[in-house]
Amino acid sequence: MSAQSDAYKAHFRIWRGDADGGGLTDFRVEVNDGEVVLDIIHRLQATQAPDLAVRWNCKAGKCGSCSAEINGRPRLMCMTRMSVFERDETVTVTPMRAFPVVRDLVTDVSFNYTKAREIPGFVPPPDLAPGDYRMRQEDVGRSQEFRKCIECFLCQDTCHVVRDHEENKAAFAGPRFLMRIAELDMHPLDAAPETGLDRKRTAQENHGLGHCNITKCCTEVCPEHIRITDNALIPLKERAADRKYDPLVWLGNKIRRRKE
Amino acid sequence: MATGTEPQPHTEASGAKGAAGPSGTGVHAPSRAAIPARHLRTDRWWLYPATTAAGLFAFVVYSTWRAFANADYYSAPYVSPFYSPCLAENCHPMRGGPNWDVFGSWWGLSPALLILIFPLGFRLTCYYYRKAYYRGFWASPPACAVAEPHKKYTGETRFPLILQNIHRYFFYFAVLVAGILTYDTVLTFRNADYAWGHMGLGTLVFLVNIVLIWAYTLSCHSCRHIVGGRLRHFSKHPVRYRLWGWAGKLNARHAALAWASLISVAAADFYVFLLATGAFDDPRFF
Repeated sequence: MSAQSDAYKAHFRIWRGDADGGGLTDFRVEVNDGEVVLDIIHRLQATQAPDLAVRWNCKAGKCGSCSAEINGRPRLMCMTRMSVFERDETVTVTPMRAFPVVRDLVTDVSFNYTKAREIPGFVPPPDLAPGDYRMRQEDVGRSQEFRKCIECFLCQDTCHVVRDHEENKAAFAGPRFLMRIAELDMHPLDAAPETGLDRKRTAQENHGLGHCNITKCCTEVCPEHIRITDNALIPLKERAADRKYDPLVWLGNKIRRRKE
Repeated sequence: MATGTEPQPHTEASGAKGAAGPSGTGVHAPSRAAIPARHLRTDRWWLYPATTAAGLFAFVVYSTWRAFANADYYSAPYVSPFYSPCLAENCHPMRGGPNWDVFGSWWGLSPALLILIFPLGFRLTCYYYRKAYYRGFWASPPACAVAEPHKKYTGETRFPLILQNIHRYFFYFAVLVAGILTYDTVLTFRNADYAWGHMGLGTLVFLVNIVLIWAYTLSCHSCRHIVGGRLRHFSKHPVRYRLWGWAGKLNARHAALAWASLISVAAADFYVFLLATGAFDDPRFF
């Protein structure tokens, strides 16, 4: 078979260890045509390192489980083709470096679930029963882009606000969850304003929107190609500016008694 | 709960509050994978911040020299975009041009300083340029997944960076300035004797510049928000929805337009400088 004839031995360096310590371990492993990094990790498990810990599920770029850092870049292992590397290139695979390590390539991503719970959910409109919601496509189009998120947390991993400053984790929700706030604030039927919840204001005051300095790393690493910065974070910053930093908008809303 | 995502108190292990121990912070925090290197990237990640910093630095040097020079900024019918509108009495006389003596005779410095503050503020608070100089000059971060050298980070939560939130006001001024530069471009359809219906190479330079200036200005994120982005119901505002869509298409090229317009405005100024110093004669088409 031609695939077999294209096989070669690649040099992999994989971080192995746990919270008590660890280091990069070298492997030489067979690579066949059409394979992705996760295939190679599985081959290593099958042939050389049966106790290598790795989290994975769908192998199709949709479950968001196999997030790691490959040659220093946050990526999904299942969506990183081996053909993007030179055959003599060393491929280094480490766990995500923004989160506590559990073992080998597995990290504790519970920070993200904590942040997810801090975001108030969709507030149903009081005068509509579920099933009676009617929305125009142009009103939900923006939010639908954000719903493509597979929660791989690569954006959270690469964001320097928490990656390089552990102390900011308490105050900063991270790009994935600021995008969630933007999604809800743009939702045509979200009744949060009627309940007194101002998502624009709380994004800045409670979820650390001001920490974001829009350097776009979240957008660069997103495997779903969501334009997180341009379509979620910056619009949310502009909405927060409407509330907190723009006296003209404030005055206009007062005069016209405009709610939304 | 089967997923194991039930609420737990904030602990070191959960990572929600875990302050870095005494042995390191950031990617070297004790709970993280023990990797001594601050990054493991093997590509030329330094190229973007290096070229960005070099490009911006070159423009800052050039524009500072030209703004303080207070000379060689007018050669009929062309006025340098750095000096337009010219708002002091010490401006070079420009027939029909944008020299409006607003500040009177007490202003003794270069009149460029009066007006450049607005395009400077617009670009300084621009969402694209923020990314560029945070990465290029402040290394915050230098590149994605490359650890930054700073021990503390508060982002845009405090003075002075919280002032980035006034970008929209600079956008309003930028629209006014772009309008005046459009007027200047119309004036370039004159010859050196102020007769209408003529065109030279400088006219083309000014036309390219003003198209790029408008494209950059209208691709601004604040513009996109103002024309329609702030709405929740596009279906109730079809015109603003259409405008928002157009602004979005331009906005996707905001970075490229930022650089193109930066180069074009410097080129237009340099063209006028060459004409004013006599180093070059404007080729006339008709």
